[in-house]
Amino acid sequence: MATEIHAVRRETAAPATGRPATPDLLAFAALLLVLIAAPYVLYPVFVMKVLCFALFACAFNLLIGFAGLLSFGHAAFFGGAAYITAHTVKVWGLPPELGILLGTAFSATLGLAFGALAIRRQGIYFAMITLALSQMVFFMALQLKFTGGEDGIQAVPRGHLFGVIDLSNSLSMYYFVLAVFLFGFVVIWRTVHSPFGQVLKAIRENEPRAISLGYRTDHYKLMAFVLSATLAGLAGGTKAIVFQLATLTDVQWQMSGAVVLMTLLGGIGTLFGPVVGAALVVTLENYLAASNLPVPVVIGVIFVACVLLFRRGIVGEIAARFGGKRS
Amino acid sequence: MASDVILETRGLTKEFRGFVAVRDVSLRVKRGSIHALIGPNGAGKTTVFNLLTKFLQPSNGHILFNGRDITAVKPADVARLGIIRSFQISAVFPHLSVLENVRVGLQRPLGNSFQFWKSESVLDRLNGRAMELLEDVGLAGYAQRPAAELPYGRKRALEIATTLALEPEMLLLDEPMAGMGHEDIDRIAALIKRVSANRTILMVEHNLSVVSNLSDWITVLARGEVLAEGAYAEVSRHPKVREAYMGSGHA
Repeated sequence: MATEIHAVRRETAAPATGRPATPDLLAFAALLLVLIAAPYVLYPVFVMKVLCFALFACAFNLLIGFAGLLSFGHAAFFGGAAYITAHTVKVWGLPPELGILLGTAFSATLGLAFGALAIRRQGIYFAMITLALSQMVFFMALQLKFTGGEDGIQAVPRGHLFGVIDLSNSLSMYYFVLAVFLFGFVVIWRTVHSPFGQVLKAIRENEPRAISLGYRTDHYKLMAFVLSATLAGLAGGTKAIVFQLATLTDVQWQMSGAVVLMTLLGGIGTLFGPVVGAALVVTLENYLAASNLPVPVVIGVIFVACVLLFRRGIVGEIAARFGGKRS
Repeated sequence: MASDVILETRGLTKEFRGFVAVRDVSLRVKRGSIHALIGPNGAGKTTVFNLLTKFLQPSNGHILFNGRDITAVKPADVARLGIIRSFQISAVFPHLSVLENVRVGLQRPLGNSFQFWKSESVLDRLNGRAMELLEDVGLAGYAQRPAAELPYGRKRALEIATTLALEPEMLLLDEPMAGMGHEDIDRIAALIKRVSANRTILMVEHNLSVVSNLSDWITVLARGEVLAEGAYAEVSRHPKVREAYMGSGHA
């Protein structure tokens, strides 16, 4: 399985060559316009859900697409931050921005600890260690007092952003979520196109060679892991404020699976793929929930079809077909 | 201080679950020389390379670089000391451009390799030096192409350019001519000769005409042990060496 993922990644990684490409900038401008207009056309809570998952998937993609590490425990960072944010806002009475910040900081710390343990192993063993560690977080969420067990933490007040902007207004809430998403997205974009990103890509392409050039590759992988966990936490904390709750769903292993699915569908190693993948999966879940069809089965069929028909994912396939060979 | 011997091994041994791949190998590589490691398949040449660069941990023995014991040093840190290796299968970063490949080599000493908040355009100041290195190996015309698109011989040239970017004191080349056509062999041989000017080179190579042309000193390995040592003319006359290469010498 590890080698398969390897192969998919190699194929999708092609666009990384060269200068910041204009197609990327154009796509970003288009995405921005769509997102600014979205709450006037679509149900804002739905778009916010898409944005939270899109950020989560982008964070995950930073790790698998640019460092070549498949984590199967990212729910721990997403859900862990959701619990911390929900608790600090509801029980401690912190304003939402501070609650999210604490949730994110928690995930960063957790990422440092998990990463330090997991990056000693490669491939499937790495994935299994991250899964095992995230299951520990799940059981803690189930057993600890403050997490509320099966009920989770409910009725978290949205509160006032910076003490002034009332987030119970859904448009204010929406634009705050959009700002958080854009911040995370730009951080990832910058990371990918930074001196650090350059080394990360070199490690993904050929780790022994990077070592032989004197790079202590474990340090770079750990850094990527922590960045990814931090941004996943940012997504989780924000989600807790939007939906005013943190539950076991957020830390369950299915959540780790869902983010793999979103990223694969959209296109591993592409900047926009995870956004498209997240939008697709959330949309399907939403519309199918109203029908009699079994949601997991339908999503599973779509996933299988995707893997068989376009292995690079939606965005990866488009980039390969129309972007062609960039010189 | 600059002693005559740059790299030395004492009783280097590597055992894989009872199978001894390298047994009691003591090498002395002279500073500034081109030293070749030859021997039939399975003689343990690549294992010795992996031991020297610490990609494998020796079961026994010591490795000294410039008089310093590096037996316990990690591979990335061996590279930082100035020993850079190449690989049997050309080691490039396939989806980075040719220019970016060389810049990965140049980037580390800048100390910005962890800066994820800066634009990669800060690396553009390396372009001048990178182009010089590419010109040196005849790849300047390919700078913007993905490394994956290069023909095999040029990938090896790119690998050497990336290696030279680090200004290594010592190069370890693992079968630099493997899988190459004639004109490529001549070009890479000339390149190796040229870059050896103020460096030490230790190479594993099967192509004996290349070995005879390039190397100052040869160590012959067979079944994990040193069979003979000396200049090419001397070693090639050695009866044990002939036997190892030709099979039984009694026929």
